[in-house]
Amino acid sequence: MSVLVYTENWEGKFKKLSFELLSYASEIAAQSGDQVVALSIGKVGENELNLLGNYGASKVLAVGYDGELDNQVYTSIIAQAVEKEDATIVIMSDNFTGKALAPRVSAKLKAGLVTGAVAVPASFDPFVVKKKAFTGKTFVHVKVNTAKKVISLIGNSVEIKETANAISIEKFGATLPEAKTSVKEVNRLTGRILLTDAEIIVSGGRGMKSADNWAPLEEFAEILGAATACSRPVSDEGWRPHHEHVGQTGKIVAPNLYFALGISGAIQHIAGVSGSKILVAVNKDKDAPVFEVADYGIVGDVQKVLPQFITAAKELKANS
Amino acid sequence: MKILVCISNVPDTTTKIKLVNNNSGYDKTGVQWIINPWDELALTRALLLKEEQGSPITEISVINVGTKDTEPTLRKALAVGADDAIRVDAEAKDAYYVAAQIAEVVKNNGYDIVLCGIESSDYNGSAVGGMLSELLDVPSVSSVSGLFIEDGKVKLNREIDGGTQVLATETPFVAIVQKGIALDPRIPAMRGIMMARKKPLVVLPPADIEALTEYIDYEMPQAKSACKMIDEDNAGDMIRLLHEEAKAI
Repeated sequence: MSVLVYTENWEGKFKKLSFELLSYASEIAAQSGDQVVALSIGKVGENELNLLGNYGASKVLAVGYDGELDNQVYTSIIAQAVEKEDATIVIMSDNFTGKALAPRVSAKLKAGLVTGAVAVPASFDPFVVKKKAFTGKTFVHVKVNTAKKVISLIGNSVEIKETANAISIEKFGATLPEAKTSVKEVNRLTGRILLTDAEIIVSGGRGMKSADNWAPLEEFAEILGAATACSRPVSDEGWRPHHEHVGQTGKIVAPNLYFALGISGAIQHIAGVSGSKILVAVNKDKDAPVFEVADYGIVGDVQKVLPQFITAAKELKANS
Repeated sequence: MKILVCISNVPDTTTKIKLVNNNSGYDKTGVQWIINPWDELALTRALLLKEEQGSPITEISVINVGTKDTEPTLRKALAVGADDAIRVDAEAKDAYYVAAQIAEVVKNNGYDIVLCGIESSDYNGSAVGGMLSELLDVPSVSSVSGLFIEDGKVKLNREIDGGTQVLATETPFVAIVQKGIALDPRIPAMRGIMMARKKPLVVLPPADIEALTEYIDYEMPQAKSACKMIDEDNAGDMIRLLHEEAKAI
């Protein structure tokens, strides 16, 4: 039997989340005595595929197909891999791709689904997994009653562990059903750090005052290798594009470090960032709710603080 | 063309969650129940589509799997403008149970487009829409931020990890929608509230379906330690602290 991990790649390289998923799967496999099989769909080179062994995979099923994401086609490939490898647990990310595929895979296999998992199973018999609920306001323990299981994991929930495994790479010629959706146009954010994949996020709110004040924020983000984001009022005002909106109705993020600059911390915004390891808040209102959830804070004007951040970050990078 | 909008009945998003009965449940006293925000946007988009000149949409139905307590939420959907409502009379045990109940209704009634919100604000499952489409063996388009019908053909904008897609699909299909599908949810007017009382709300017995999972108990997140404050005039210290103490840079 095996634990199957659906890995994801971006511009030919595996995303960090793939290594997290493998680390997570390895912990499960160590307890259940199964092997970890990684499924890779897309054009990925052999060297890159071999990397997966460093995170606990003992086998990679490589599907060369790189068609646009069609939920039915990809679900079919995953289901075929499950059958081939006699997988009892399927693991994927709780991102847009995972949200698209995990429920379909679950229904196809009649496998109990836990989305938004944040930890390895608390117990195996019964099989209980902790997941996020009420957008991070609480957690709930879910018991899965079926032999097969599907779990989607929230980013940054587990440490990446390197455990070198001898790895075999197998080209997997899955049967492809005909896609019933046809993609007319794709816009890729090429060469950019994806918000949902970023280690550091620099986010601006209404305290930034206007669309014209974003240059220092962008400069700061670039020095840190961070992605930029914003709060809802900012995207509603059109100061920043909608895909940067972080919060309950926008993107849910969980980076290592989140800068909330000029963001007061409405409950809907906090719901979207509460998974961040370290939260830094800068706000001129000392009573802003963001300070209740922040780890580090400055009561002050973003306009004054950002140039100091930039200088200090430049010094730090120059010395490292 | 008939549209079905799946409605989840959830606590208002500003609700403070307080656990009760040895953490086996949360306190529901005083909770305001609302249409799940993403379902509400889905319904708003469906109504806008129906109102377009020469629209092929003839009927918008809403469905909820729930006990009688959820009827005010369905009535609100009717007040906003849905034509009729269906309630499958059962506790929503898990996402699979809900999806399978809705699948039965869709098979019997034949909708062209089924709309679901990308998640419900209670258990954040993001599961019903995808499961439903698989059970019906129809296409699903997820994280949809735009839905258009031009000359009878469906066009969707979809967000993927790392970009966006514009795509076409055949009917019937399930669209799982997110922010952007509609700007603001439509609010019921007094006339709509009056009319909603007369619109049909059909109660159906549940099909015999077994849930695949169950909720055991809840756990509150650990309280954060106090926020460490740094002076505005020494803001650069923040970066050094994040490097040396938090090891985050």
